[in-house]
Amino acid sequence: MKRTTLYLSLLILFLLHQDSWLWDDSTLLLGFLPLGLAYHALYCVATSVLMYLLATRAWPEEAEAFAAGQRDEEAASE
Amino acid sequence: MTQLVIMAAYLALLVALGGVCNRFFRGTARDYFLASHSIGPVLLLMSIFGTTMTAFTLVGSTGEAFHSGIGVFGMLASWSGLVHAAVIFFVGIRLWAIGKRYGYVTQIQYFRDRFESDKLGLLLFPILVGLVIPYLLVGLLGARGVVRSLTVGAFPTLFQSTAGAVPPWLSGLVICSVVLAYIFFGGLRGAAWANTFQTCVFMLSGIVAFAVIASQLGGLSAATRQVLEMRPERLTRGAAMSQLDFFTYWLIPLSIGMFPHVFQHWLTARSAKTFRLTVVAHPIFILIVWLPCVLIGVWATAALLPDGSPVVPPTAPPNTELALMVEKLTTPFLGGLLGAGILAAIMSSLDSQFLCLGTMFTNDVVIHYLGEDRFDDRRRIWLARAFVVAIVVVTYLLSLAEPRQVFPLGVWCFSGFTGLFPLVFASIYWRRTTRAGAIASVLVTAAVWLWLFHQSGYGADPSYAFLGMMPVATVFAGSVVTLVGVSLLTTAPSEKTLRKFFHPAGKAALARAGVAVPAD
Repeated sequence: MKRTTLYLSLLILFLLHQDSWLWDDSTLLLGFLPLGLAYHALYCVATSVLMYLLATRAWPEEAEAFAAGQRDEEAASE
Repeated sequence: MTQLVIMAAYLALLVALGGVCNRFFRGTARDYFLASHSIGPVLLLMSIFGTTMTAFTLVGSTGEAFHSGIGVFGMLASWSGLVHAAVIFFVGIRLWAIGKRYGYVTQIQYFRDRFESDKLGLLLFPILVGLVIPYLLVGLLGARGVVRSLTVGAFPTLFQSTAGAVPPWLSGLVICSVVLAYIFFGGLRGAAWANTFQTCVFMLSGIVAFAVIASQLGGLSAATRQVLEMRPERLTRGAAMSQLDFFTYWLIPLSIGMFPHVFQHWLTARSAKTFRLTVVAHPIFILIVWLPCVLIGVWATAALLPDGSPVVPPTAPPNTELALMVEKLTTPFLGGLLGAGILAAIMSSLDSQFLCLGTMFTNDVVIHYLGEDRFDDRRRIWLARAFVVAIVVVTYLLSLAEPRQVFPLGVWCFSGFTGLFPLVFASIYWRRTTRAGAIASVLVTAAVWLWLFHQSGYGADPSYAFLGMMPVATVFAGSVVTLVGVSLLTTAPSEKTLRKFFHPAGKAALARAGVAVPAD
């Protein structure tokens, strides 16, 4: 999966937070969980899944190299 | 009395843990401040999570759900899950890399170098300290309220003015002393281990208490249906908050990017990969902790005792809703266990905050101005310890003043940190950010924040909004506009600085370093 696709997914997830369509819905899911609350509970799970994809497909490998000082000769000579 | 014994036993256990941690202490300043960059994935997850969850999370969320319903979960919990994880991924890992490479211990050391400005450090120092101290107070006020609620009647003759409960001055003193005991000797390693233990305690005790409270209310369905009959508005967002308020709350958790204590925790990571577990599990952990708290808060609006009186009377002091639900609906043993869990959540933030302030005074003021050569490792550690003691004493004395409601005070504190977020983000990702832009942005953030705080009656009006939005939106917008505008109008940073912080460790460099680069 491309890095840009994952960043776009992050933006879409960000926008999906505004669940205006459930604003006044007091339906209970499983008999006890208000729909507005259930949506945001699932939202946390979706966030975790997306972060897993980012961590496995778009990991900033360069950070490790930077921390270890593995840069090119020009920087090393500074 | 049972509750008190359990909470006291828990506090004693923490002191003992501090003693154990001290045996692993390597005796160097780097170990005291950053645990020698040796913290692995599980400890990093638990310590960062424990640090970000405070009285604000447990006591404040239950209280807010009691007053305004389920919307508090979306406003703060699910936003925090997304924003925290994203900030750790996009900012935390980069700062760890920069900090590890150049040996930074505090944010101010980084900003001084990045913007080639000693004045910026001088400007940021009082602002960061000034924002952390209220955050500390939020924790202490919450902890004192919980202990007081759970110990009513324990000492009827000794503490008559508090109906027999442990008075706030005493509980605050004990909590500060316990936190001090384990960070004084163990430093950040002690805090990381204590946070891990405390995170386990507050997560488990919260789940157990939630299950018992639900059972006492006749089960999950019965508890919620009671609310549906008596207070249906608590099961929707309705008029409790505006759509704009709900949306602009995403800015509040951005504050994690500028918390000095979280910066310090990031730097403890053993490697960049250590962060993987944190970014993935953090949103789930938030779900596990917040969902029960919000449901308990909502249930509390309709929960009745066998005699028909409400479990949480309308006259109950703010932030006591959770403690009252636990005290009146569960056994004293469980009450004590949950009391310990709440203290755990609160103390797991206090320790890191106390330590980070001690670290800042030591490194950003004393060592920076008097010279590194004048202090060997031993002196640095003792200097930090002296500052930690002084900060604990000052915070304790401040907490003796009249407490405000926990939730609004926390929101104001976070708003200030959020206003500084554009600075850290731009410092990592925008080469064109200039020294003048950074200084102007900090000044505007401080000015706008102070003005809005004043307008809100210094936090007295919890529903204060500016242009119909959370004040944080204005603070953030002012910060971004100033940072970008002034940076574009002033001279770009020196080539030397740009190479130091932005050298692209590009594909060629990575290839030479033998690092596999994923395809874009």
